[in-house]
Amino acid sequence: MSMALYEESVHKTFDRIKHSRLNAYITLDKENALGTAKGVDDGKIAGRLAGMTVAVKDCITTKGLLTTCGSKILSGYVPPFDAEVVARLRNEGAVITGKTNMDEFAMGTSTESSHYGPTKNPWDMTRVPGGSSGGSGAAVAGLECRMALGTDTGGSVRCPASFCGVVGIKPTYGLVSRYGVIAYANSLEQVGPMARNVSDAALLLDVIAGHDPKDSTSVPHDARYTDHLVDDVKGLTIGVPKEYFGEGTDMKVEKAVWDAIMTLNRLGADYKEVSLPHTKYALSAYYIIAMCEASSNLARFDGLRYGLRTGKDENWHATFSRIRAEGFGEEVKRRIMLGTYALSEGYYGKYYLKALKVRTLIKKDFEKAFKGVDVLAAPTMPYPAFRIGEHQDDPLSMYMADVDTVPVNLAGVPSISVPCGFAGKLPIGVQFIGGFFDEPMIIRTAHTFELNTDFQKLPEGF
Amino acid sequence: MDGEVIIGLEVHCQLNKLNSKLFCGCSTRQQGLEPNTMTCPVCLGLPGALPVINKKAVEYSIMVGLALNCEIAEHTQFYRKNYYYPDLPRGFQITQYDWPIASNGVLTVESDGGDRVVRIRRVHMEEDPGRLVHQGSIETSKFVLVDYNRSGMPLLEVVTEPDLRSPKEARRFINKLRNILEYLDVFDGSLEGALRVDANVSLKGGARVEIKNISSYKGVERALLFEISRQQNMKRRGVKVTQETRHYDDERNCTITLRTKEQAEEYRYYPEPDLVPLSVKGWEPRLREKLPELPDARRERFKKEYGISDDHAKVITSEIRVANYYECVAGKCEPRLAATWVADYLKGELNYRDMDIKDAFDPEMMVYIMEQLKKGVITDKGAVELMRALLDEGGHPKDIILARNLAKVETDVTKAAVTEVLKENREAIGDYRAGKAQAFNYLVGMVMKKTNGRADPSEVNLLLRELLECT
Repeated sequence: MSMALYEESVHKTFDRIKHSRLNAYITLDKENALGTAKGVDDGKIAGRLAGMTVAVKDCITTKGLLTTCGSKILSGYVPPFDAEVVARLRNEGAVITGKTNMDEFAMGTSTESSHYGPTKNPWDMTRVPGGSSGGSGAAVAGLECRMALGTDTGGSVRCPASFCGVVGIKPTYGLVSRYGVIAYANSLEQVGPMARNVSDAALLLDVIAGHDPKDSTSVPHDARYTDHLVDDVKGLTIGVPKEYFGEGTDMKVEKAVWDAIMTLNRLGADYKEVSLPHTKYALSAYYIIAMCEASSNLARFDGLRYGLRTGKDENWHATFSRIRAEGFGEEVKRRIMLGTYALSEGYYGKYYLKALKVRTLIKKDFEKAFKGVDVLAAPTMPYPAFRIGEHQDDPLSMYMADVDTVPVNLAGVPSISVPCGFAGKLPIGVQFIGGFFDEPMIIRTAHTFELNTDFQKLPEGF
Repeated sequence: MDGEVIIGLEVHCQLNKLNSKLFCGCSTRQQGLEPNTMTCPVCLGLPGALPVINKKAVEYSIMVGLALNCEIAEHTQFYRKNYYYPDLPRGFQITQYDWPIASNGVLTVESDGGDRVVRIRRVHMEEDPGRLVHQGSIETSKFVLVDYNRSGMPLLEVVTEPDLRSPKEARRFINKLRNILEYLDVFDGSLEGALRVDANVSLKGGARVEIKNISSYKGVERALLFEISRQQNMKRRGVKVTQETRHYDDERNCTITLRTKEQAEEYRYYPEPDLVPLSVKGWEPRLREKLPELPDARRERFKKEYGISDDHAKVITSEIRVANYYECVAGKCEPRLAATWVADYLKGELNYRDMDIKDAFDPEMMVYIMEQLKKGVITDKGAVELMRALLDEGGHPKDIILARNLAKVETDVTKAAVTEVLKENREAIGDYRAGKAQAFNYLVGMVMKKTNGRADPSEVNLLLRELLECT
């Protein structure tokens, strides 16, 4: 009876992490992980995720476990409560391995802005894993956990899924509780599952989705996503939004995505070109809204109650200003300042309100498109993983990378990214976008695609 | 000063009759608690914690809106007011901005020249920040402590149009508002920090000055009086009043510059994404039905039902506890007599002692006193002494009447006292007969003294006149 299957496997995972060069984790929780695994081995802990290793992005609050958002300003912050999604993981017997690296406060597309150093892409150690949930993406691809939670504000689950060759879901806004998710831009973000295949991602979504009265934006909606893991796309109509192709998109990416559409076509799905005419305004609207919300969401970090507290205490203004100056990185400061500016009197209408109007138009674009199609297919990212440092001196070019992911967040609709090819040794992702709460449709499409193709690979050496 | 003073008020009232805070489950009962013991991740603003609106707070707010004759919104929305302060754990306050829960109301208060109709611009919900505690005074304290027990307490802000014309009217407005809130049973004005007022005041044609931090009922009138005379003095000296925000120092009774127009705060209001717009469409009829009888209606009823004067009815209904007390008494004895004794005597004695009626002797005792008065067992003077004794020392009226010998003396005792006094005061009799009216009063006084005040003054009068005429 002393098989200790799970305990042994968790040991192996931590050994792998120990010798890893990916820098996927900020904090490990080995002791508790082993405890849970043992509990599963002993039959004391059960559930749909019993014994499965799950890594949690560091912007998701974990009781008793350091939670930093990849920022210096949250140094030493140990939350006294679990995020709702974490409570649900524990409830289903998941083995939480630790907290994954991320762009500071989820502001980025590369995980380079973390105070804890960049995470590397398992497919090419000189490249970024994508962001902001880059630690989660790399950990899943690099076998440092079975699945992981990320958060997706403007593509932060789908981008690393695409760059790391794994599956990532951005659920419909309101499907998953945000209670305990440290906000970057709270009207846009959702917690999303990441895994090496669609089945695991759907299973993880089953566990974390569902109404939570502690989050007022949470919507009561019952569904069992694993029931939609079927191999069948016959009769579906796939929309191909023309605005997501063309200028700025890597040829190899375009080809891989079209190949994916053709594969689904061969499997019985119809396809047609559609237009989402306001897509070109999405990026500007997204950054204005996200920065405005960030400027307010990040105001609480003043060092008074938790987190970084350095130097001598002076008067209130001097003290909190110094702590924020020391605690926040460059990109975070940039977004706080721009957001503060855009919300100021005289600019509010010009920027924030205008961005909200664009948001409404984009939402209508999607609603209109879904009248004629069941699901949309588009590139997740316009190009494969870029080199570490490539966009360092040019934040705007980095923002441009989010062009295909942010419309989904503005509209609030769900999207799944699955591997659909390679550019050299670098993975490429296709995203399937669904209507509101139509996760079943995108899961079914992605699962069918996955079963009938061979892009689920492990990086070389793993 | 009337006619040239313009005052508008922003009154913050804690809905302290709610069980829990505005956005979390923490209790609102925190009087006497250790600092920072009634908090949770939500009201401490810990990262990731989210607010959830207290539905009952919305209902209470609608009821207040209705009582102030407001229009109730169908959709209401919360906003973030962004500013940095140590008592504000999120770096923003959740409040309302556009789409307040109620607006366009009216409340009438008495003024020296008839009724003053005060328009209510808006009524909105917001959370209270924590409380700053300084060692000693704000200027000399080396550090500041923060108590977040108060953080998230439900507040209602009532904003008037600049319709008030004197500090006295402002005080009356505050008192009436407090009274209405207490009638609605959403507010207990006797708790510390329950009510805070910001006042905008200007002289006609002059700049507007905002006075912040008025935290007592009496402070409103005092702060305004000070500020108006400050502005009038400036005007007299030909100095222009500048638009600014001033802080009211209750202890020193003065206002101090806090910030000028150039330093005006920029709050970057925007809709709170964590709280979706709230539809309260259809709530109004149900809540209107729940509205209790309000002060003005009760006053009219008292006049009709008990036949009491308008003045008495006004005094009695201007505090719900006094009105309830009176109703207990009036039902069991002569209501007009009770009105005089509750409104004139009891209230006066309570005010003198700075006591609340809830700490007074119970209505049953008042009924007993009324009965004794009516039966002629005690005199008015005796009744007053009895009430004072009850307020100061407690006990039962029956025992006090005995112990203090308050029972009215019999006629023969009075007669004996009168005879004695006349014998002892020949001179006064002479004066009386010579036409000096005060000599008679002197004699009455001597009789009362002899009977330790227990003689019935009208009886003394009668006997004295009788004897003076015939001897």
